[in-house]
Order: sequence, then structure tokens, then C-alpha cells
Amino acid sequence: MSPEQSAPEKTGTDPKPDPEVHADLRSPVSWLPTVVETLAAIVVALVIGAVLVVLSDQEAIEALPYLFSYPADFFSASWDAISSSYTALVKGSVGSLDRLGTTLERSAPLICAGLGVSLAFRAGLFNIGATGQMVFGFLAAGYIGFTWDLPPVIHMLVALVAGVTAGALWGGLVGLLKARTGAHEVITTIMFNYLAASVLLFALSKDAFQRPGSDNTQSPPVADSATFGSVFDIHLGVLLAFAAAAAVWWLLERSTLGFELRAVGANPDASRTAGMNVARVYTVAMLLSGALAGLGATMQVLGDQASLSPTLAGTIGFDAITVALLGRATPLGTVLAGLLFGALSVGGVAMQASAGTPKELAQVLSALIVLFVAAPALVRGLTRLKTSGSGSTVLAKGWGG
Amino acid sequence: MSAATAVSDVGRVEVRDHADVQRQIKLVVVYAVVALAVLAFLLTTSDPTIWYTLDERLNRKENPPVEANGLFVLWPALAVSVVALALAALNRVPRDWRGMVLHLLVGVAFFAGFLVWVYADQERAGSIVMTNPLPGTVRLATPLIFGALAGVMCERAGVINIAIEGQFLMGAFFASVASSLAFNAEMGLLGGVLAGLAMAALLGVFAMRYLVNQVVLGVVLIALATALTSFLLSQIPNDPEIKAYLNEPLILPRIEIPVLSDIPLLGNTLFNQTLLVYLMYASVALVSWLLFQTKWGLRVRSVGEHPKAADTVGIKVNRVRWQAVLLGGVFAGLGGAYFTVGSTGSFDNGASAGNGFIALAAVIMGRWHPFFASMAALFFGFMWTLQSQLSFLDKIPGELLRASPYLATVIAVAGFVGQVRPPAADGEPYVKS
Repeated sequence: MSPEQSAPEKTGTDPKPDPEVHADLRSPVSWLPTVVETLAAIVVALVIGAVLVVLSDQEAIEALPYLFSYPADFFSASWDAISSSYTALVKGSVGSLDRLGTTLERSAPLICAGLGVSLAFRAGLFNIGATGQMVFGFLAAGYIGFTWDLPPVIHMLVALVAGVTAGALWGGLVGLLKARTGAHEVITTIMFNYLAASVLLFALSKDAFQRPGSDNTQSPPVADSATFGSVFDIHLGVLLAFAAAAAVWWLLERSTLGFELRAVGANPDASRTAGMNVARVYTVAMLLSGALAGLGATMQVLGDQASLSPTLAGTIGFDAITVALLGRATPLGTVLAGLLFGALSVGGVAMQASAGTPKELAQVLSALIVLFVAAPALVRGLTRLKTSGSGSTVLAKGWGG
Repeated sequence: MSAATAVSDVGRVEVRDHADVQRQIKLVVVYAVVALAVLAFLLTTSDPTIWYTLDERLNRKENPPVEANGLFVLWPALAVSVVALALAALNRVPRDWRGMVLHLLVGVAFFAGFLVWVYADQERAGSIVMTNPLPGTVRLATPLIFGALAGVMCERAGVINIAIEGQFLMGAFFASVASSLAFNAEMGLLGGVLAGLAMAALLGVFAMRYLVNQVVLGVVLIALATALTSFLLSQIPNDPEIKAYLNEPLILPRIEIPVLSDIPLLGNTLFNQTLLVYLMYASVALVSWLLFQTKWGLRVRSVGEHPKAADTVGIKVNRVRWQAVLLGGVFAGLGGAYFTVGSTGSFDNGASAGNGFIALAAVIMGRWHPFFASMAALFFGFMWTLQSQLSFLDKIPGELLRASPYLATVIAVAGFVGQVRPPAADGEPYVKS
């Protein structure tokens, strides 16, 4: 694996560019179908969600038995339930500056981890291991954050770099194993998630990671000097997430490495024939993917000042996959999808509080949206839209090497 | 045989290819590690007396623990591993079933030696008694095996099934509901099967009708099942009277099979289990028979390997795939039922706790073969049982024990399984042109 052999030789072997991947963003012809289909998918998901809202509404259910004698009762009760739920969902997520800030903060780790999963998708790798990579990000950033004693900005930078590096190494190991031995990344990332969980539990059972004088598996929050700092109650890590998206865009669309990533993702055999080092690309792709997940971890530890606990990663690592899929593995799409998911998650809680609709409905909505985005043919059929199919840039073809 | 032979003017000279040499090196390394470990167990044990019982739980009154000398286990274990090491060093490890038996023997030797080492040298003699880990192994492996069978059925037919976890969740939830409604544990199995079928139908519709990328689809279905089950669970009111009808299932009773359960060691392990476990045995046999002995199985495998060729000889590709996917859904639903009516009772959020992913790993480790996938699942079940049994012994850290099955899987996949070969058309929708 010599990293130097890459750059100039392979310009002559440019594979036929995929029209979808290289879509020109300036012409609406290329992106309009995607946007329309995605919006249609969201509408269809909201309609199904509305049915669930009605079914979970006591008044509407009580009006159901006499639907045919007094249809107005049922429909007005249903309409009340639907409108109050969805109003609460929107108000709770983007209704005020304060709520908007919460949404942004919730979205930031999703965006980062989602970018990592997207990047891996583009190289033809299916990274289920964002959770494990985030755990290592937690451990490194957290440990430096609450044990070291450094001046404010430097402390934050050191902890940030440590978190990103730890995630990168844990992810890169998966790429290295795949490159060297052919071990399938789906299995290794699943196993690495469990391994990381064990490591986290082990660390949290040691005094170094526990709150002083406490025996709980919970760490102290990071020192104030290690936090991102905040403006209007929004921590500045959010900006880092957007910067990361821009960096990933540049990497994928403008750099030699990104070209190699996409080429290997499209056809590893052809890339190998063209002289690319496929093994190196796999390793680098997973390294970067892990680094982005690690960045997502720092959002929680250094941004929200969350303390480490066995459940801190939660479902973010898994949601990152759905975010990447909804965003069609493009940086801009991932950012938008991350924002949408963050909003749904924040709004779901508000919906439960003010309209009494269970917050799990927001989860159902996000799953349905992705399902319908993934099946454009179905949405076209349901909504009679006449768009020509837009391709997906997600390149997870299956198990084959 | 990958060892090629060539003829030179001196006579027949054996030329071994790279893979063959690699295999020998790996075997020597593994067997050497096992032999060294067993030797270390032997040398560090000062008081080899152990106490054991063949029951799953210790009952000192009815079945007092038996005392045994651990050296009678350690020495044979060492002998087996040294013989295996010698065979590997001489490149005499057969590649057929005898080789498999040898691998299995070495594995048994390692774990037997390990168990003796863990339970020996007790501070208060007889205070800790080794219980039989095998019944727990079979029980914990049951959902994994069902899940693996679901994966094998789908993927042999060319439909990637990542959504086993989602099928488990739905199966678990509806098994609980069905059992609570009917006041009957067996009805729970039916509920689980129906939910598994519904998820499989969803998988089939989106994969075959709407041609959705199947890896994507699997992830989405898991997310959907997670969300739907927790939404539905939140809909069940906390009122105990209503809850009893919806999420307080009866649990499958253990059924002792008359004569078979009296076989020492294995009888208690295999034949004193719930109905679900017996169904699991039957399912493994059924899938193996269906896939490899029947005309239908040949069709399933052919649409998974080369749908176009299958279509050319008149096989309805998507119809066969539908049948396989739906049959897989039945197994996944039964696997899901384990998490409620088969073990703990009420459904809770995330009841399957990632078992679907382990089942997926078992499918790949077992190379898409029902029997080997079941073996991989049993390995996980064994390690989990061992972990819970050894958790109160402080000879080795619990975290290491908890991590070991996953570490072993990574080593196995990276070192030995390597580049697996899935069914050739796995994940490719077939559109008749």
C-alpha cells in the first residue's frame, strides 16, 4: 500500500461519468425530480402519519362507531387531532429561535455521522458502525475534556482532535481489515459496535472515567474550557457540522481522492484495472467515515456537555444511516436530511407535550419518509407525478466484496 | 483441492499454492495458541478439584454437586490440542468432515480446559459449582437460528435481508399481543408468524415490485419496525385491566420429551425445552432438506445465482423469490416470538436487543448454509451463556468476557472466512426483459 502512487496517472482512464452523480447543480432539470420526489415522499408519509394520529386520538376513536350517522363528529375530531399534532410538531421544532437552536444542536451529530455514512456509501462501503466510532470519539474527547487542564481554546481543540482521531482509527481498522483480508464491513462494523460498547462499559467502571465519589457508570461533563462555546445558546459545533459537509463535498467532487472513492464505489474491478489502489481507498474511506462519526461524538460531549454513559450514543449511529439514505449520500442532501430528522426528533417531544400524540410518531414519520424516498416508483404511482426517475448515489450493492 | 501438482523430469513434485500455505500457517498458529492456552491452564491450576452439576441451575438438596478432578479434563485437552498441532504442522489436517471434527475437538478441548481453570482453585472448597451451560446455549441460540434461517432463505433466493432485526421486533410485539388476547402461549407463535410474514411481504413488495436497493430497504424496515412497535406500545394504556389483554402474554411452558430427556447431558440440553426450540430443530432440518434435496430448493438456489438462466428454463423467478422470502418471514416471526412468549413475557422497546444483527452475522459466517449458520448462532449462544455464568467469578474481567464473542467473530471473519462468496445474484432485482 503505497499512498504516493495515486494522483496523476489515471486521468486517461476516466470511467464514463454517471449523469446523476455529476449532475450540474445549476440546471433545475437535474435536481428538480429529486426534490419533487422527496417532497412527495414527505407528503405521503405525513398522510399515513395523520391516519396514525387519528387512530391514537381518543375522541376520534369514540366518534368512529357512529361514523355513518354523524360523520361530522369523526371528521372534526380527526381534523383537530391532526392539525394540533402537526402544528405542535412544527412549532416545537422551528417555532421560535430557541426551538430552532435545539433543533440545530440535535441535528449536528446526526449530520456529522450521516456524512460519514454517506462518504462510505460513495466508496461502496456500508458503515453500520457509526455507533462504535462515536463511542471512541466520546471516550477520547471526554477523557481529555474532564481530566486534562489546558487553556480554554487549546483544550477544546485538543479534545476535538482526539475525538475525531479516535473515531477515525476505530473506523479505519474496519477498512484495513476489509482491504487486507476481505472481511465484510457489515459484519465487522456490527461486531465493532459491540466491542466499543464493552470498552465503554469497561472505561466507565474505572475511577478515571467516573464522577469523583460516585460509583455510577457515568462520567463528569467536560470542563468548561473544553466546550465549543456558544452564541445565542447554540454551541458553535453546529458550524463545524456545516463546515464538515462543505469539506466532504469538496473531497468527493473536487479532489483526486474523492474521484477514486467514487470510482471504487462504482466499480472496484475497473478501478483496480485503471491502476487505483482499491485497498488503500477502502481504508481511507473508512478512516474518514470514522473521523466524521467521531466529530459527531464531539458535538455531544464538547457541545452539549453531555456526560458519558452507556446509552449516550443512543440511536444516532443508526439514524445516521437513514439520514445518509434520505440524503442520497450527497453532502447537501445529508445536511438537509439531518436537519429534518433533528426537527422531527425535537418536534416529536413537543408534540407529545402539547397535543398528547406519542413522540414515537415522529420516529414512524422519519422511517416512512425514507421508505418512500427509497421507492420513487411507489410515490410516483401514488401521487401521479410524472418525473423521470432520478438515480440514487447510494452504492451499497450487496455482499460482493 | 487447491494444491496443484506439476510434473518435472525428476518425477512428481508437489507445488502448493499460496492459499494452501496460508491455510497451514493459520491452522498451526491457532492450534499452537490453543495448546499454549491449555498448557497455561494446566500449569496455573494448583488445586484442580471442581464441583459440577449437569442441571442448568444448582439445586443442592435434590441434586448435590459432584466433585471431580480437573486434571482428567486438562490432560486430555492438552493431548488433543498437541496432536492437532502436530497434524497441522505436518499439513495432514484433512479438508473433509474429518477436518471439521478435528476443529470441533480442539474447540471443545479449549473450552473444557478453560472452564476447569476458571472453576478450579476456589477459596472455599465447593462454594462455586459449575452448572451445565448447554441448555442456556440452545435457548439463547434459538432466535438467532430462526433469524439466520430467515436470512438464508431470502438470500439464497437472491433477496438481501438485513431487516431480520425488524422482523424480530414485529414478531415479538405481535406474539405478545396475540398471546395476551388469546390467553394462550401457542397463539403467540401464530401472531409472531403473521407479523413476520407481514414484514417479509413488505420486504418483497419493495424489493421486487418497486426495485428498491435491498440494503437500503433493510435498514429502513428496521427503523420502521422499531418506530412502529414503540408507537404501538405507547398506545397500550397503562390501565392494568386493558394491559392484561394486550401485553401480558403467557409464556411457553417447557415440555419434557419422555425418553429422550433422560439421556445424560444431552437429554436435559436438547429435550427439556419449549415448543419454540423444538420448532427450531425442525426448521433447521426443513430448510436444509428444502434447499438441498428438493426441486423447489434447486429453483430457489438457481434464482439466487443466475435468475436469467432460471427464467430461460421456465422458472418464474419472482414467484420463487416471493415464496422463499415469505417462508423466511415465518422463521423470522418465530424468532421474534422468542423474545416475548418464548422467554420474558411482555414486550418492551427494542426487545430483540440487536439479536437480528448477530443473526445476520451468523448468516455470513455460516456462508449462507443453514447448518453452518446455525453453528455460528450456537457459538454466540454458548458465549452469552458462559458470560452470564462466569459473571460472578472474578478470575477474568467481565468486560473481556462480554467482548469475547464479538472479538472472536472479527478474528474468525478476518482470518478464516475472509472473502465470502454470497449467492451471485444476491440483492439484484430481476426484471424480465
